[in-house]
Amino acid sequence: MPAKKSTRPAARELLFGDLWEYDPSPESAPAFIEPRYGLFINGRFIAPKTRKYFDSISPRNEEKLAEIALAGAADVDAAYQAAATAFISWRKLPGAERGKYLFRIARLLQDRAREFAVAETLDGGKPITESRDFDLPMAAAHFFYHAGWADKLDHLAPGRALVPLGAIGQVIPWNFPLLMLAWKIAPALATGNTVVLKPAETTSITALKFASILLDAGLPPGVVNIVTGAAETGAAVVNHPLAAKIAFTGSTAVGKIIRHSLAGSAKRLTLELGGKAANIVFDDAPLDQAVEGIVNGIFFNQGHVCCAGARLLVQENVARDLTARLKRRLATLRVGDPLDKNTDIGAINSKQQLAKIQQLVQSGIDEGAEIHQPACKLPAKGFYFPPTLFSGVAQSHRIATEEIFGPVLSILTFRTPEEAIEKANNTPFGLSAGVWTDKGSKILMMASKLKAGVVWANTYHKFDPSSPFGGYKQSGFGREGGKHGLLDYAELV
Amino acid sequence: MQKIPKTPKCYVGGAFVRSESGRVAPLTDYAGNFFANIPRCGAKDLRNAVQAAAKAGAGWAKRTPYNRAQILYRLAEMIESRSAELAAAVSDRGSPDLQSITEVSATISRIVYFAGWADKYEQVLGSVNPVSSPHFNFTLTEPVGIVGVLAPENAPLLGLLTLILPIITSGNSVVALASRSRPYPAILLGEMLATSDLPGGVVNLLTGERKDLLATFATHQHIRAIAAVADHADATALEQGAAESLKRVKILSPQTDWFSPKHDSVWPIRDFTEAKTVWHPIGS
Repeated sequence: MPAKKSTRPAARELLFGDLWEYDPSPESAPAFIEPRYGLFINGRFIAPKTRKYFDSISPRNEEKLAEIALAGAADVDAAYQAAATAFISWRKLPGAERGKYLFRIARLLQDRAREFAVAETLDGGKPITESRDFDLPMAAAHFFYHAGWADKLDHLAPGRALVPLGAIGQVIPWNFPLLMLAWKIAPALATGNTVVLKPAETTSITALKFASILLDAGLPPGVVNIVTGAAETGAAVVNHPLAAKIAFTGSTAVGKIIRHSLAGSAKRLTLELGGKAANIVFDDAPLDQAVEGIVNGIFFNQGHVCCAGARLLVQENVARDLTARLKRRLATLRVGDPLDKNTDIGAINSKQQLAKIQQLVQSGIDEGAEIHQPACKLPAKGFYFPPTLFSGVAQSHRIATEEIFGPVLSILTFRTPEEAIEKANNTPFGLSAGVWTDKGSKILMMASKLKAGVVWANTYHKFDPSSPFGGYKQSGFGREGGKHGLLDYAELV
Repeated sequence: MQKIPKTPKCYVGGAFVRSESGRVAPLTDYAGNFFANIPRCGAKDLRNAVQAAAKAGAGWAKRTPYNRAQILYRLAEMIESRSAELAAAVSDRGSPDLQSITEVSATISRIVYFAGWADKYEQVLGSVNPVSSPHFNFTLTEPVGIVGVLAPENAPLLGLLTLILPIITSGNSVVALASRSRPYPAILLGEMLATSDLPGGVVNLLTGERKDLLATFATHQHIRAIAAVADHADATALEQGAAESLKRVKILSPQTDWFSPKHDSVWPIRDFTEAKTVWHPIGS
């Protein structure tokens, strides 16, 4: 049957383009960032034994925000000694008491959410609306959720008791600095472990500000220790003999290095690594709704999301229509100062990341995919990249296989559900996937066949402390959130 | 009349095969007399077994939980009816003794135990998650796929099946290397599996030297997880090799007490599953 031609005239739409400027709408609350931060070890800020500091700059304008202590092996050792000592009494504390600290941390974080949101945006470059409406509320929610588990661990594993592991080394990425901290610290403390945490070197500030919340909450010294630095510091955290477990979120390449270095050590390991998620749109999907989901899926947080819907798989008969709608929607996205409340896409986290995005986008052009970028003015200073679509992408293209971690969407097409599954699963990753269709049974069929740890149906990028998150295959192992996440922080005896 | 001794073969893809390496290792009985030649499998045999497991895996995972439960129970029935023969193989003495009889009966009990989990573990391991948005959110388990098993030297039957059972209960398929020093119970187990309604290829049993196969077990991209009884050196080699494919590795001590009731648990099933979380909007 030939496709039905629509006889309706195209709906009129209001597209203002550059007719007038938006007034700037900057967030004006102070972030209270110190000029210099030490290491947070055993409940105190101390100078690093290396005596070295490195600059933390804001990707929005490349201005220096603060000096951050560079932790060396001796500093990391001091942090582990503190964590191991604190573990002796922390593990014995009744769960209800541990829980009270976590509840208190959640409340204090809520109190200071605005200040932290501004600091997060200054340091990481994400739009203030996202820091304010997503990162901060979600971080507080994680502490609150896990607080309530601390005295209910007996209910988690029928037939088994949960025993804490010890001092845990945690290494987190720069895309959700405070939220990843919450994902790591909350379950570790709820189960009675202590922590040595290393934030990413470009985004240490909110972790260090968070230390002041720990002090205000009266958390016993050494239960949480924060060491800052780059890859060398991370290696020291991972390889320290006192670490009972390593929890890492970051790239698959680094995850493999950690797996190698822990071989034979008997340390536990959970890895939350990269992704190249397929966002699958069927022809019976509500297309306008899908467009919003696709935009959220790839442009949320500048695409710096491991579970970003980076491969759009669209059913062939609606591909042209959907792509046209996407292009129209793209024209309305505002790229610019992340501190401005009108901004949709903020600053790319670092110069290196910007270079990586540029390089992969160039490979897309070179390999023959068709690029589309809306006309938009980028700020003169800082690191920015326009929202980008590639159509006519082949599965073998680098932009269809490698994690770009930027605001770049690759559009591929399919004809049958089988083909969609085949293409969606044709990747070494398996973190997340999206399905858009009006038919419930099709959703469940697709969900059962997609090799991914999280499947979003007719929605995308939804998170919750009670909802386990983590990947299949080379997206890592272990889960974070929910009762599944807690089990990965304890021994079952 | 002359006896007709059996030629021991490996059980791969539902068929009884010799090693493609063309190599064997002589097995002696307790008195030191020649008993049989045991196939010494090589990397090619392991790759063939992985292929067989891949072919059978999808179908096994799709069986209903009730069906998997009945097939596992059927395996217990098959072993029960040949338990004297199996006990004799476990004892290495040509005749059952108290310990080998105990091991066989413990093995049968464990099979029945896991048969009962097949249609229940999801209700313990899965969850409905109370998210703070209008979504129906649930987490369920899926088998990881093909799992490599490296069996212990002690308790050659009970140890091997204690590793295999939780893995296949959830719909995974297995490629196992039997005890090196006492492989004969695994040879007989293959014959019982063949009559148990378990689809061929779901459990594949190899014999041979661990050192010939360890590296392939660790690095084979299609093996998604490993359950190994391993000393420190073997554990290190397995975890090093597993890094590139990021396969899940579970190491058990060679001192493991296989008779412990701790093994009768739902949690070993969890070790070889993936948790999948699905978000579905709730309309208003």
